[in-house]
Amino acid sequence: MAAVDGDAASVIDRVCMAATRVLSLNGAGLSLMVDGELRGTAGATGPGIEVIQELQLTLGQGPCVDAWRTGVPVTEPDLAEPALLRWPAFAQAAVAEGVRAVFAFPLRVGAIRIGVLALYRDGEGGLNADEFADGLVLAEVAVHLVLGLQAGAGPDALHALLSTQPAHWAEVHQATGMISAQLGVSLDEAFVRLRAVSFAENRQLREVAGDVVARRLRLERP
Amino acid sequence: MVREQRIVATFVEFADTLIADFDVVEFLHRVSERCVELLDCAEAGVLVADVAGVLRPMASSSERTEALELLQTQNDEGPCFECYHNGRTVLSEDLAADADRWPVFAPAAVRAGFASVHAVPMRAHGQTIGALNLFRSHTGRLAEPDVPVSQGMADIAAIGLLNERQARESHDTVSQLQLALQSRVVIEQAKGLLAERLQVSMDEAFARLRSYARGHRRRLSDVANELIEGRLGDDAFTSTAQPRSGD
Repeated sequence: MAAVDGDAASVIDRVCMAATRVLSLNGAGLSLMVDGELRGTAGATGPGIEVIQELQLTLGQGPCVDAWRTGVPVTEPDLAEPALLRWPAFAQAAVAEGVRAVFAFPLRVGAIRIGVLALYRDGEGGLNADEFADGLVLAEVAVHLVLGLQAGAGPDALHALLSTQPAHWAEVHQATGMISAQLGVSLDEAFVRLRAVSFAENRQLREVAGDVVARRLRLERP
Repeated sequence: MVREQRIVATFVEFADTLIADFDVVEFLHRVSERCVELLDCAEAGVLVADVAGVLRPMASSSERTEALELLQTQNDEGPCFECYHNGRTVLSEDLAADADRWPVFAPAAVRAGFASVHAVPMRAHGQTIGALNLFRSHTGRLAEPDVPVSQGMADIAAIGLLNERQARESHDTVSQLQLALQSRVVIEQAKGLLAERLQVSMDEAFARLRSYARGHRRRLSDVANELIEGRLGDDAFTSTAQPRSGD
């Protein structure tokens, strides 16, 4: 299933597009998260943005992870800044994908965080006070949309427009289950091992996961 | 503090409370207590209608049994019953003379030591959602300047209640969202775990999980969770055969 079908572009995608227009940005993505882990990209302005969002899952670091953890907006006006200490791996990869600045706004309902709206720009530079305020409003709108959609879904179901998770996502979690059985370790540890292979071999998490699921790759006990 | 200042201070206090996360029952208790302090009444209580339209006592200025019972007896008759159903303030200036009007409530109120009563509607968005009950130890009605204050107290109780309801509804949706997001992941992980342990394909692993869940009338995500946590062994999934009926 394609992450975003042209004509089935979800209302969440439209929020992301609105965000890029309002703030003259190059891309935006809305991640749904649980316990600080990305659980799905509910909207994105393009495939490149999805790759960057997903990168944060592979690396376990990045602006979305930090915005979720701290509950406050996280901004980085220049990812190419050599002295940048936070997210070295993410920054390098994001710059390679053509992103130079990032602004991540947590989606909050009281003290609970349900995800992050991340805004990306291809040139360096921060948001001015008005743009920052617009970002906060957009995050607020996104929260209402997500909850509004989900309120209409069944008790056990995720609303269809929120489940634009592409097929390869499933493989990442299947591979985690397989590694857990292969090594006799917890799922959390299995996921860390999967991430480590992806990072060490400089391959996308989904590729490595695909190899594990196809039984082309089997992790050995260290 | 002069009276006007105390009234203003009370409303500011409530406005502050509404902003922070708050306990609605505690809030309504405080409204009742402030009514006794600010208005010429001996006891105050808050009745709120549940989804079926039945009035439930939510808070009162004292835990005195007689006063609580007076709140509870008002589902068929009484000032709050009338106030809730017609959306207007209902009062009795002399309860001893109103035994015909409210045969159960009025004598009970007199026995509890009250001489007059007011019921003020709690309104929000044009709807009456409950009533504020003011019990007085002498006959007569509230002084004219106290009438808008009593309505203000009822209004702030209504706002507090709605505020809490909305917060709770959105929290329910949030939990549901997080559960749904999480259960998808757990099911995929369980598929991988089972496929590896039984050395079967991912599709076959999924078929066995579903077959077990269907056969035992369990939710797929619960079965997946139990497999992951080791509470369900692999042997539960060694074949796709359905369990015996009635199992």
